[in-house]
Amino acid sequence: MAKLPVQFRLNGSERAGFVDPAGNLLDLLRRGLGDFGPKYGCGQGTCGVCTVLVDSEPQLSCLTLAISCEGKQIETASGMADGPNLHPLQQAFMDNFAAQCGFCTPGMLTAARALLTKNPNPTRDEVVEAISGNICRCTGYEPIIAAILAAAAGGAGMRRA
Amino acid sequence: MLEMRKEIFADERDDNLNVVGKGVQRQDMPGHVTARTRFFDDHAFDGLLHLKLVRSPHHHARIRSIDVSAAERAPGVKRVLRGADVPVNKNTLLSLINFGKDDEPTLAVDKVRYKGEPVVAILADSEAEALAARKLVRVEYDLLPTVFDVEEALKPGAPVVNETYPGNYFEYHQRFDHQKLRFGDVEAAFARADHVIEHRYQMSPIEHAPTETNGTIAAPDQNGRYLVHSCAQGLFFSLDTTAKIVNVPSNQLHFVGGTVGGGFGGKVDSLTEPLTVLGAMLTGRPVRYVLDREEEMLYGSPRGAERIYVKDGLMRDGRIVARYIRSYFDAGAYTRLSSYAAIKCTAHVPGPYSIPNVASDIYVAYTNRCPSTAMRGFGVTAVDFALECQMDRLAEAANMDPVEFRILNAYRDGDMKPHRRVAKNTALVECVQVAAEKANWPISEQARRASSLTGGGGERAQIPATPLDERGQIGRPDTRNGPATQTLPAGTTRIPLSKQPVFEGARDGKPAPVQVPRYEAPPRQNPPPYDPAIAPPSLQPAYQPAASAPPLPIPPAAPAQPQHGAVRFSSVFGTRRR
Repeated sequence: MAKLPVQFRLNGSERAGFVDPAGNLLDLLRRGLGDFGPKYGCGQGTCGVCTVLVDSEPQLSCLTLAISCEGKQIETASGMADGPNLHPLQQAFMDNFAAQCGFCTPGMLTAARALLTKNPNPTRDEVVEAISGNICRCTGYEPIIAAILAAAAGGAGMRRA
Repeated sequence: MLEMRKEIFADERDDNLNVVGKGVQRQDMPGHVTARTRFFDDHAFDGLLHLKLVRSPHHHARIRSIDVSAAERAPGVKRVLRGADVPVNKNTLLSLINFGKDDEPTLAVDKVRYKGEPVVAILADSEAEALAARKLVRVEYDLLPTVFDVEEALKPGAPVVNETYPGNYFEYHQRFDHQKLRFGDVEAAFARADHVIEHRYQMSPIEHAPTETNGTIAAPDQNGRYLVHSCAQGLFFSLDTTAKIVNVPSNQLHFVGGTVGGGFGGKVDSLTEPLTVLGAMLTGRPVRYVLDREEEMLYGSPRGAERIYVKDGLMRDGRIVARYIRSYFDAGAYTRLSSYAAIKCTAHVPGPYSIPNVASDIYVAYTNRCPSTAMRGFGVTAVDFALECQMDRLAEAANMDPVEFRILNAYRDGDMKPHRRVAKNTALVECVQVAAEKANWPISEQARRASSLTGGGGERAQIPATPLDERGQIGRPDTRNGPATQTLPAGTTRIPLSKQPVFEGARDGKPAPVQVPRYEAPPRQNPPPYDPAIAPPSLQPAYQPAASAPPLPIPPAAPAQPQHGAVRFSSVFGTRRR
């Protein structure tokens, strides 16, 4: 099948690839561009481990057509840190023991980042709602919620998004 | 969040602990939060092939023919694998420790025994091409009768699921159809009991549902070895299993892993490693085989369903005087680790309670279900659920508070367990007391004063006379309901075996190395007759019966003896509290 070109900014850098018309963004990021931050968990939009930001909106990359991302800004957990300096959310996840196996962590961080961008001072219910599409099978939700609230309290949403 | 109850067992606690009770950062946390942690699938290879399986649509069927010719010609397909391509196409996981017979093919040859069983593997340039070629494989089946219920499977005339075990039960040591425990005389105790209460508990299979599905990437290396990125929970277990199935020395396999995206027991079966490595060997290219979510949920081995019957003899004052447990593990079509689960279950009976007469018969039954495997305390969790439900029902029958009922019956230090080991370092009484306090559950002064350190030992340390029966030899269980055959005298710790166990050679037709049977009784003198007036026989040298010890408070520790704090907590090596 003929491949189509697609070009976008990934974590601030200009990237391009050739994709099947029906190819999804997750495959392009992982297999095409080597960004293994977003994971494959279900391929049907139920687990949230593939969550990325498309123009600051959280999206499930397994359900996003790669060609629909032409000209967009894509951000993944791999690009959250500023060089050696962790994003406040990353630091809060570390401080609050908010990861066990780590497989859901990139998606959780991305969903939390989207929340704090829009709502720097979320309530606990708003945090729960924001990560309700992200499954953690080690069932460590409480530390994750605590980490997001701690990052918000520290001004994470104000400083950078 | 974490609370240390330092007043409990204060005399035996060290304060020189560096880690316990403190928060310590995980070493893998920086990788997790920066998304730099590499899971098995987070590796790029040029020329990667994708492996997809053709699975059985039937629960039980004979394979009449397999036609892969159209699939082999399909676009992008590089290789199609069938059972004949697998060098050692019969394995059982615990054959690595000579436990059980090889009973499971990697790709089915003559029969399929559960819905979803792998039959053909397709390797293609892309996942889409592999999936398209999968539809071109023609497999003709003759349907066979099925059995899905563990007790039905053990009845005469039931369909034979797995010909390696024609009775539909796992054969322990090739001689026994179940795991058996006998301690005292449960029948006599039931006859004396004020109440006899029996209930049936049925568990469901549970899928681990890890967020990362099972999978493997294998690639030929330059030095004749194969690099294998694996999701396995037991990396070396998987390495040896793979080496056996693809028939290469294990030093040709370089397994990389240990970073598991959620396992919970569902990643110990080597579901993907052998075929992936075989694909890489036969094509000379890197191969990736990852279960999709549907496969993971339907065909990834679940926690096995268990059916448990608990029958208890209860006295009006709340003491449990007899407990008989009959349990059936649903192994599904193949053994995997269920044989081990039944042993764990037997070791866990009768729960953390001191009961003078205990018996259990724990079966592993084969059915036409997806094979089950390890999951978080398998063999223990389910029987615990059954036992604790039963304890609530017994408390109600005895008209007692359920918390106090547990404190009354809990093991104390020095009690003899039905496995003929003395209970040490017990703490259920204290756990229940703290739980009651946390839940604002009022308990009596007497229950509050109870302690694991008092009330045990003495008569409770004795091994009672124990009648034996024939049930437990190979043969349909229903044909062996005879009366007791002999009675072991009080104090007997082991049942002498009449015959040496046999291990069958498993690998490459070579005989297995001769094993020293761990369960053979060592030579020893006859046990002394039971006499409650004297101390227990010297079979447990490490144990000091509470009856002969001074009453509380606990005697002071022996004068300074240099030892590490943790040693005193070991129940494995027989050391005990000061």
